[in-house]
Amino acid sequence: MSGLMGKLNQRAAERGIPLSVHIDLTWACNERCVHCYLDHDDHSELSLAELRDLLDQMAAAGVFFLTLSGGEIFLRRDLEQIVRHARLRGFDIKLKTNGMLAGAKEIAWIRELGVHQVQISIYSHRPEAHDAITKVRGSLHRSLRAIRLLRDNGVHVVIACVLMKSNATDFDGVQSLARELDAEFTIDPTITPHWNGDRSPLSLNISRDELSQVYSKESLVGDVAAFRALPGPVDDATLDGTPCSAGHTSCYISPHGNLYPCVQFPLPCGNVREQAFTRIWRDSEKLREVRAIRARDLPVCSGCGHVGSCSRCPGLAYMEGSMYGPSGADCEKAFVRTGLPTANMLRRSGLVQISL
Amino acid sequence: MGADQVSELYPLRAANVAARVFDGEVIVMNPADSSLFNLNETGTAIWQAADGTTSLREIVEREICGVSEIDSDTALADAEEFARALAGHGILLLRTEPA
Ligand code: SF4
Ligand code: SF4
Repeated sequence: MSGLMGKLNQRAAERGIPLSVHIDLTWACNERCVHCYLDHDDHSELSLAELRDLLDQMAAAGVFFLTLSGGEIFLRRDLEQIVRHARLRGFDIKLKTNGMLAGAKEIAWIRELGVHQVQISIYSHRPEAHDAITKVRGSLHRSLRAIRLLRDNGVHVVIACVLMKSNATDFDGVQSLARELDAEFTIDPTITPHWNGDRSPLSLNISRDELSQVYSKESLVGDVAAFRALPGPVDDATLDGTPCSAGHTSCYISPHGNLYPCVQFPLPCGNVREQAFTRIWRDSEKLREVRAIRARDLPVCSGCGHVGSCSRCPGLAYMEGSMYGPSGADCEKAFVRTGLPTANMLRRSGLVQISL
Repeated sequence: MGADQVSELYPLRAANVAARVFDGEVIVMNPADSSLFNLNETGTAIWQAADGTTSLREIVEREICGVSEIDSDTALADAEEFARALAGHGILLLRTEPA
């Protein structure tokens, strides 16, 4: 995070300003990715009028960074009108899409409106591997065509590569593609449970050896030795720290208007059809509880040597049973990264007893 | 750069940048190069008044000299330097005619 971004986030947290909001405009999708955590049925999406009103409220509340995602956002016929309204209200806009429906006309208005960034998931440089994940033949070709068009029009593109068993060794190929297309590249080695609680997608997660290979790549993690170093001592500042921006300076709104701390933290906090955005943001008991949590309040993690450097996701912890608990995926990452067993692993092995 | 020249400038916020008043100050993101700016109080006043039809001189007289002790020539010179810096980053346009 740049110095200015860090300062903005800190001031936003101190003032209770929701700096960033992620809205899923629809959960409908024209792909059927094997690891997807959403259900694709329509539960009455927010209309254009409702979204305009929501964007007005969010602008007044100080929201600056807006992510519009799905599902597949181009399945909304009013997408251009939504983005136009968001631009009128001064938001910095990021779109997440598979790009399959983005042709010259769509890309022209994306450019015209000054959309900051378009993120497209590419799972592999091999069509058979990418298309097997999306379950749509020809999807790699179509997504790449959109990326080329976007880049030809000067739009900033981020290629996001979620790693799972079937594409575990393809990140080099995707990174080369990103270089060739002059796009930014990000990688995510975590598969999350389905929002309905189904944990079967977790079986797609890459192995420890494969994760270790990712963590050994300088092009992905920077200074490998520093990245994989043992954690430093845990001090009071760490124990008084908050976990992440979810609910502090950012939140997520589903296509049906439900507000949650984060897209990966399905703790319902209110619905923007029933209450004003600011009211939920300010007064939701659930959000207040999330905001009050400090590392020292976490029964397992507060006694873990990794607590200062772990990427513990409170949303994943919540999906595992408690937002005060550890997040298994992050325990795996901390262990593979450093080789040091985590408090959660010791607890599970029965070597250490912690009462929850 | 003399004050007379400054009076002919009409600043206009660039259309494609994102901006928000945040905690009393404007933050601006230029999507073209992902550069982020946090304007101070004076910069915020100039930014908010930069509608392309009001001259920099009028903006300075109204927004800066009206609320501080600074003399108008110094304020105008500072404002022009600031406006040219923002123009250099592509987030403000400086016109010589009102829009
Ligand atoms: S750590 Fe988890 S809950 Fe927090 S912002 Fe990241 S994904 Fe969301
Ligand atoms: S490694 Fe596991 S137990 Fe340790 S702080 Fe992270 S989530 Fe908690």
